[in-house]
Amino acid sequence: MDQSLFTSILFATVVAGTPLIITALGELVTEKSGVLNLGPEGMMSVGAVAAFAVTHHTGNPWLGILAGMVAGMLMSLLFAFMALTLMANQVASGLALSIFGVGLSAFIGKSYESVALPSIVPMRIPLLADIPYIGPALFQQQALVYFSWILIGLVAWFLYKSKVGLILRAVGESPVSAHEIGHPVILIRYLATLFGGAMAGVGGAFLSVFYTPMWVEGMVAGRGWISLALVVFATWRPMRVMIGAYLFGGAMITQMFVQGSGLKLSIPAQFLSSLPYVATIVVLVLISRNLKTIRLNSPASLGQPFLPDA
Amino acid sequence: MWLKFEARTEPSLLMRYLSPVLAVFLMLICGLVLFSVLGKNPMEGFKVFFLNPVKDTYGMAELLLKATPLMLCAVGLSVGFRANIWNIGAEGQLLIGALAGGWVALHFEHSTSPLLLPAMILAGALGGMLWAAIPAFLRTRFNANEILTSLMLVYIAQLVVSWLVHGPWKDPDGFNFPQTKQFQVHAMLPLLKAGTRLNAAFLVGIGGLVVGWVFMNRSFLGYQMKVAGQAENASRYAGFSAKRTVWFGMLAGGCMAGIAGLAEVAGPIGQLTEHISPGYGFAAMIVAFLGRLNPIGIFFSSLLMALLYLGGEQAQQYLNLPSSISNVFQGMLLFFLLGSDVFVYFRPRFARRNK
Amino acid sequence: MNTRKSVATILGGAVLLAATSLLAQAPVKVGFVYVSPIGDAGWTYQHDLGRKQMEAALSGKVTTQFVENVPEGADAERVIREMAQSGCKVVFTTSFGYMNPTLKVAPTYPNTVFMHATGYKTAVNVGQYNARFYEGRYLNGVIAGKMTKSNIAGYVAAFPIPEVLQGINAFTQGMKSVNPKAEVRVIWVNSWFDPGKEREAALTLISQGADMVTHHTDSTAVVQAAEEKGVYSFSYHSDMSKYGPKTQLSGTTHIWGEFYIKTIKDVMAGTWKPTSIWGGIKDGMIKIAPMNAAVPKDVKALVTKLEGEIRSGKRHPFVGPVVDQDGKTRVPAGQVMKDEELTKMDYYVQGVDSKLPKS
Repeated sequence: MDQSLFTSILFATVVAGTPLIITALGELVTEKSGVLNLGPEGMMSVGAVAAFAVTHHTGNPWLGILAGMVAGMLMSLLFAFMALTLMANQVASGLALSIFGVGLSAFIGKSYESVALPSIVPMRIPLLADIPYIGPALFQQQALVYFSWILIGLVAWFLYKSKVGLILRAVGESPVSAHEIGHPVILIRYLATLFGGAMAGVGGAFLSVFYTPMWVEGMVAGRGWISLALVVFATWRPMRVMIGAYLFGGAMITQMFVQGSGLKLSIPAQFLSSLPYVATIVVLVLISRNLKTIRLNSPASLGQPFLPDA
Repeated sequence: MWLKFEARTEPSLLMRYLSPVLAVFLMLICGLVLFSVLGKNPMEGFKVFFLNPVKDTYGMAELLLKATPLMLCAVGLSVGFRANIWNIGAEGQLLIGALAGGWVALHFEHSTSPLLLPAMILAGALGGMLWAAIPAFLRTRFNANEILTSLMLVYIAQLVVSWLVHGPWKDPDGFNFPQTKQFQVHAMLPLLKAGTRLNAAFLVGIGGLVVGWVFMNRSFLGYQMKVAGQAENASRYAGFSAKRTVWFGMLAGGCMAGIAGLAEVAGPIGQLTEHISPGYGFAAMIVAFLGRLNPIGIFFSSLLMALLYLGGEQAQQYLNLPSSISNVFQGMLLFFLLGSDVFVYFRPRFARRNK
Repeated sequence: MNTRKSVATILGGAVLLAATSLLAQAPVKVGFVYVSPIGDAGWTYQHDLGRKQMEAALSGKVTTQFVENVPEGADAERVIREMAQSGCKVVFTTSFGYMNPTLKVAPTYPNTVFMHATGYKTAVNVGQYNARFYEGRYLNGVIAGKMTKSNIAGYVAAFPIPEVLQGINAFTQGMKSVNPKAEVRVIWVNSWFDPGKEREAALTLISQGADMVTHHTDSTAVVQAAEEKGVYSFSYHSDMSKYGPKTQLSGTTHIWGEFYIKTIKDVMAGTWKPTSIWGGIKDGMIKIAPMNAAVPKDVKALVTKLEGEIRSGKRHPFVGPVVDQDGKTRVPAGQVMKDEELTKMDYYVQGVDSKLPKS
């Protein structure tokens, strides 16, 4: 494989994986606190449109990302209020959030449809970008790509090394005991859910401001759901989220490269397009079959409501 | 002051029936506000959105037609949902059901047998069940989460449909356009009222609701599944099979969704194309929750959801509002319902915050 | 008795006459059903430009309404029916998937004229219209063939239906007519509209050596991606030079306005007939987008000359010998491809360096 081809595949894979990593890490923290929020698709959609609108009006993509983050948080706040304060069924509330978010984003985004943003110049990291093969692919990327890597480290450190992270995991394992020791279960779950919303909003912002860059109805195109799958795929381990996201992104990119390479392959395009989804199922099966790893890493109280005074 | 909730000793029966009404009421209020924010006369908006679609017989028939696939999918899903089996892939099961039933119609394209339609419905049901069996198997054998596998299978099903109508099943006289031949008259569901599009699938839908009601309320397996959903440990203690619950919950959803898919292609569409369902499988989840996972409730909630769809079209044509307004209404409705539900199990109390 | 009756007849006739002249004065309602949001460019955008042009040209004589983003499934029939029911005299249904729904609604409204785009069935009150997009593609291909350095062009396409294959093959024919070494590579994205995928496909083609890209998909993503990479592009549906000011060399644009005006005039005059119309450059339904300043003078002159030849019927993009990828001669030398062969196209011509997905 010649250098430019390898570099392009790697570059495109990293770009495709980035929104998945950011969103999935947010969801991972939410789930570690015992809350199952099935709403990333909706939160990403609303984040994407909010970021796009603000970037379009201010011309500042960073304000756009901030707007995406806030929008994602507001959406997750809605969910948190339903699921944590009103103790509604988390699965149903999450589904409602997804459906509502996708609809709402289409609704507010109407006037931004097909308005184009100038594309944003990538951020080149000196020296590292000069490494042959991988340098141009990894270190000449959008700032949010580096952010996604830093986020992996931060989340891992937070969950396993910090005190608050320990409490958060304790809440996810057994909210009843955590409550008895005096930890504010509901507050921690609120914060974890808001963090998940904020990251989904950033993931959506990456799509509309950096990746495409444009807004169209339905542009999140299932990436929120795939982020959810990635969390299970990663057995709630931050580092493995990255591997999963790049595998998924890679599967999507590679099929295009196969088509564009001039190789005389006569495989239906639909077959190639289905590969990432098939791969997700296969990996999910491979990981889930080992009950021990799942039990070891999955928060025991995932999806169960908690009533402080019960 | 701090809003607190106290558990009721017993779920409030009154609130259980009142909360959907409350949710609809809240949605209407928000709708009126939304219309005025958008600069439309709220009363005019209400009329166009909620009354116009059903102003004549044809409109009523369209409402029932649109509600049919929703009620079919929702009643099947609610069997699983009651037992905490989260099949969110009804959309894919619907598509595969449509393919299976459509295959029968295309394969026996010259048949005049009265058995053709029943065979198509059966094939539709089997197709849907086959697609639902995959997550059921992966869940029971490998413990793979059915929420994610059933969802991934939706995307795969869409690609299967796309491949078949672009490829092997393409109408040879159709100038290579992505669609099959049109079904012949014997493979089409009979109309219930001439001049409308309402067909026999509506009766199948009602039948599905009845069967669902009997199963949930009168059968032992239905009882077991309800217990499994409400108290997993108790159910295990009683020796109820968790695997059977998963299988049955998934297959019920797949079966009904498959029939819904067949009803679309052998009804208003009349052939297989890439555009069989505008997301009925996902909307049916809202219908199921809104109907309290109860067939009688589902009947009404499917009508309401269908009305929201038709209203969205009208709002576009006569008020110049984007059609996504339907989704906004649907999402709001579900939120309000889930929110109002808190009063079923809990009593609100305003109390001074005490540490 | 007799006189009275005749008076009544005269009176009745006068009333009828008054009614018809009143009808003639009342503006004609015209409805449009769109498959996607109108947006800022693309298939539906061009139809809406046509609608506006028609409304302006016949101002006072017509009123128009439209519904956008109508799914091609069971819902289309209801929307089309509602249009006719609400009093539209002419309804344009602008996507292939509306063909059967249009035909189902038409018999119920015999006094309404239905015009369906890009299909193949007609009825007493249903006509068909489409454009010879491939003529513009051929001219775009000529520019690409003249200006490419790598001799590779990339083509992002949605689905392998005849209309798309006509475009790919015409582009290739045009390119090869001036540059025998040229080849075209195709990526199918399996969607008419998915900016993320379209962009990814364009970048893939560019990274694999394509220095000319074009698309048969609905968004501006390919032109935008090319602008970013400094690679030349050709837009489709609309002129997208706004999104590729430096790099969009030209494009193939759809012009529906004149056709809509003519249709409405025919309906008003009572001369409308349910025919299939397949118009091209000659009929003004296809135009190539303005050529970029980067296109050299001699190439511009050549393209203008070829355009004139297509208009006058002297040149056909598929003039023999047309040889497909497997070496089979599809059109012998000295002949041009017949319309019925064009509408059934299901192969790549030589010069396309990809393989058609098997079906």
